[in-house]
Formats: sequence, C-alpha cells, structure tokens
Amino acid sequence: MGNMEQFLSMGGYAGFIWPAFGIVLIVMAFLWIASMRSWRKSEQALASLRQHRRQRGDIEE
Amino acid sequence: MSIHYFANPARFTRLAGRIQPWAGGLTAVLLLIGLYMALVEAPADYQQGDTVRIMFVHVPAAWMAMFCYTFLAVASAVALIWRHPLADLAAKASAPIGASFTFLALVTGSIWGKPMWGTWWVWDARLTSVLILFFLYLGYMALWEAIEDGQKAGKAAAVLALVGAVNVPIIKFSVDWWNTLHQPASVLRMDGPAIHSSMLWPLLIMALAFKAYFVTLLLARMRMELNLRRIRAMRLAERTS
Amino acid sequence: MTRKRRRLYIVGGFMLIFATAAALVLAAFEENIVFFYSPTELARMMEQQPIPPERRLRIGGLVVEDSVGRDMDGVTITFRVTDTVEVVPVKFRGLLPDLFREGQGIVAEGSMAGDGTFIATEVLAKHDENYMPKEVAEALKEAGQWQGDHE
Repeated sequence: MGNMEQFLSMGGYAGFIWPAFGIVLIVMAFLWIASMRSWRKSEQALASLRQHRRQRGDIEE
Repeated sequence: MSIHYFANPARFTRLAGRIQPWAGGLTAVLLLIGLYMALVEAPADYQQGDTVRIMFVHVPAAWMAMFCYTFLAVASAVALIWRHPLADLAAKASAPIGASFTFLALVTGSIWGKPMWGTWWVWDARLTSVLILFFLYLGYMALWEAIEDGQKAGKAAAVLALVGAVNVPIIKFSVDWWNTLHQPASVLRMDGPAIHSSMLWPLLIMALAFKAYFVTLLLARMRMELNLRRIRAMRLAERTS
Repeated sequence: MTRKRRRLYIVGGFMLIFATAAALVLAAFEENIVFFYSPTELARMMEQQPIPPERRLRIGGLVVEDSVGRDMDGVTITFRVTDTVEVVPVKFRGLLPDLFREGQGIVAEGSMAGDGTFIATEVLAKHDENYMPKEVAEALKEAGQWQGDHE
C-alpha cells in the first residue's frame, strides 16, 4: 500500500524517527514493568511477614 | 498544616490504592491517542519535514525531566524542613522516573539533532545543563544506595537535591542567557506558543500522558518504599525483642 | 523561634548562597563558555586585537541572501554570515546540513584567516522555534506576512 510505505518511510527520515519512538517506548515500558514488579513483590513480602507473625502468635504490629 | 493530612501512611496507602489504577488507565489511553496523533495525524513541518514528529516525545520527556526534579527538590525541602514522614519517600520514588525521562530527552534530542542540525551532540548551554541534570539524578540515587542508615541517606540525598535545584532555572533560561545551538522555547514563552495548533495538540496530549505515567509509577514506587520500610521495622523489632 | 522555622531559614539561606555562588562562577567563566560569537561580537574582538589563525572558535548568524557560491577550486563553498549588523565571509569544504539555505541560521566552527575570512571545518544548521505545516507557511508567504526563516 502506498500509504503504508509513506508512513513507514517518514519522508526518508525513518532511520531517525522509528528508533527515537522505539527507545522511548522501550525505556518507559521497562521502568513500568520493573516498578510494578518491585511493588508487588514488596506487597507479598509484607503480607507473608504479617502472616508469619500471626501464626507465631504475635499480636502487635 | 494540610500536608500532614497525608502523613498517615495508612491513609496514604488507601488513597494511593484507589488512584493508581485510574492513573494507569489514563496513561494508556492518552499514550494511544497521543502516539496516533504524533505519528499519523500531525502534519510534517514546513522546515523540518517528518522529523518534527520526534518533538512529540522529545519535548514531553524534557518537560518531565525538569518537572520530576522540581518535585524531587520540593519533596526534599519538605522532608528537611517539615520532617514530613512521606516526603523523603516521595523524593526517592520519583528519582528513577526523572532520570529515565532525562535520558530519553537526551537520546531523542540527539537523534533529532543529527538530521536537522548536522550533529549528534554539541556542548552548548542547553545540552550541557541537561546532561548535568542526568548526573544529578544518578548521584541522588547513588547516595540513597551508598549510605547504610536510611535516615542519614535521606538527609544527604535531600541536600544534594537542593544544591542541584539551581540547575533547573539554568536549563530553562540557557537558550536566552547564552548563544546556543538549541533553539529558544516554542511553547512556554512570553508571546504565546510558536507552534501551529495541529502540532500543539499532539504535544500537549503526549505531555499529559507522560504526567499520568509519572503519577502511576510514583504511587506504585511510594507504596513499595513504604512496604520496605514497614518490613525493615518489623524485622528490626523481631531481632530486638 | 520554632525548630521548624530555624530549619526553613537554614535551608533557604543555603539555597540563596549556593545560587549566588553559581551565578558568580558562571559570570566569571562567561568568556570561556561562549558557544558561538555573532558577527558583531567577532568584529568587536578583532578591533581589540587580531585573532590568531590557531584559535578555534565558532560563529553564528544568518546566511546572507544570494551569497552562496563556489570558490574557484570548484569544491569549496563560500557564503556570508550576518546578524543584520556585521557580515563575515565564510569558506567551507565538506557536507552542508539538510537545512542549510539562504536566510537560514547556521553555526560554523573553524578559524580566522588573515584576510578576515572565516575558514569553517564544520557547519551546523540552527533552526528557529517556529513550527507549522507547509500549507500554513505557503499561505503566510502569499499574504505577505512571512516573517522569514530566521528567529
């Protein structure tokens, strides 16, 4: 399709435009996934620590 | 003092838990709309052709780089002056986000500069001061990691943040105060935007998308820091009891 | 005074002192951190003392209309650069950037030849802060409201 070709080639500047957008999406996705993972891991660690204490009979927290 | 309303970690956690999913959804929607407008709908520039589309990621990234540092510096000041318990957490949580946007601003700017200016990099006042901003973020994050004691680390990092804050107005006004290769401001200027509306809208949508992204990740990271703080406190209590 | 207020003053005072120090350092190094000179600044410098050919510097300005041509060797490009007050002739062998054209802003790095010509080793295009679609630019030109390609 002529339009798709035009879109992908970006007036000849494709070699600049696509890598620029690409690295933005990659970095933002990476930070998002890493942050969400760290947060969820911390939620799990806290929950299991609380569970562990409850089982041991520690009431305070 | 109203900021102390959010000093209660439990209250913060509840509120954050409610806002975070909405901020995340908003980020996704705004990014999709913004990217479509930037890559498909927006016209080519009369002078720069299609490379102008890089502006739609470069400028919002640069804005976020400066906004995040301002947020970080204000949070640090609040931590030092008001001793607000969540302030240093907020500063710490925002640093990786700001550093990432600064990195993206530098890289996309470099990619844009090569075809338009004819070079990947120059040491003019604008580019140099943004590179310094990147190093400030890295130094800030390194201080938190390097110092064992959490309280001391927070204090040292806060001091660095405030020292580095003088860089933000330097970045903003660098293109006015010195002769630079980087052009003057196109949006936030006295005479109003120098961008045609067909390009201004994609830019603003992308800027909003990046803001929503910041809010989402800030809340997630703050909740993580809070959890880690609680875990550390519980482990410490266990050891001493 | 309260401890909080004392901390506020300490932090505020510290910031003020540091900002002043930064301003003083930048002002002191002004001469060394100039990225490029305008033709007027160059002229003023040359009035005070001639610029040795070993000194590398940059000049910036607009390419004068109808000034672009080729030297007698057929390879070197010649043009003149102006800031609407002073003019500097430039000679350059190499690739010009995509955006190079008459009326466009440029920054050139190189050195001064004895005859007042600037021998450039690199020419960069400097574009302004205006962004608009081609159709809008055409319409402005036709309506006689075109501000020109420069800032």
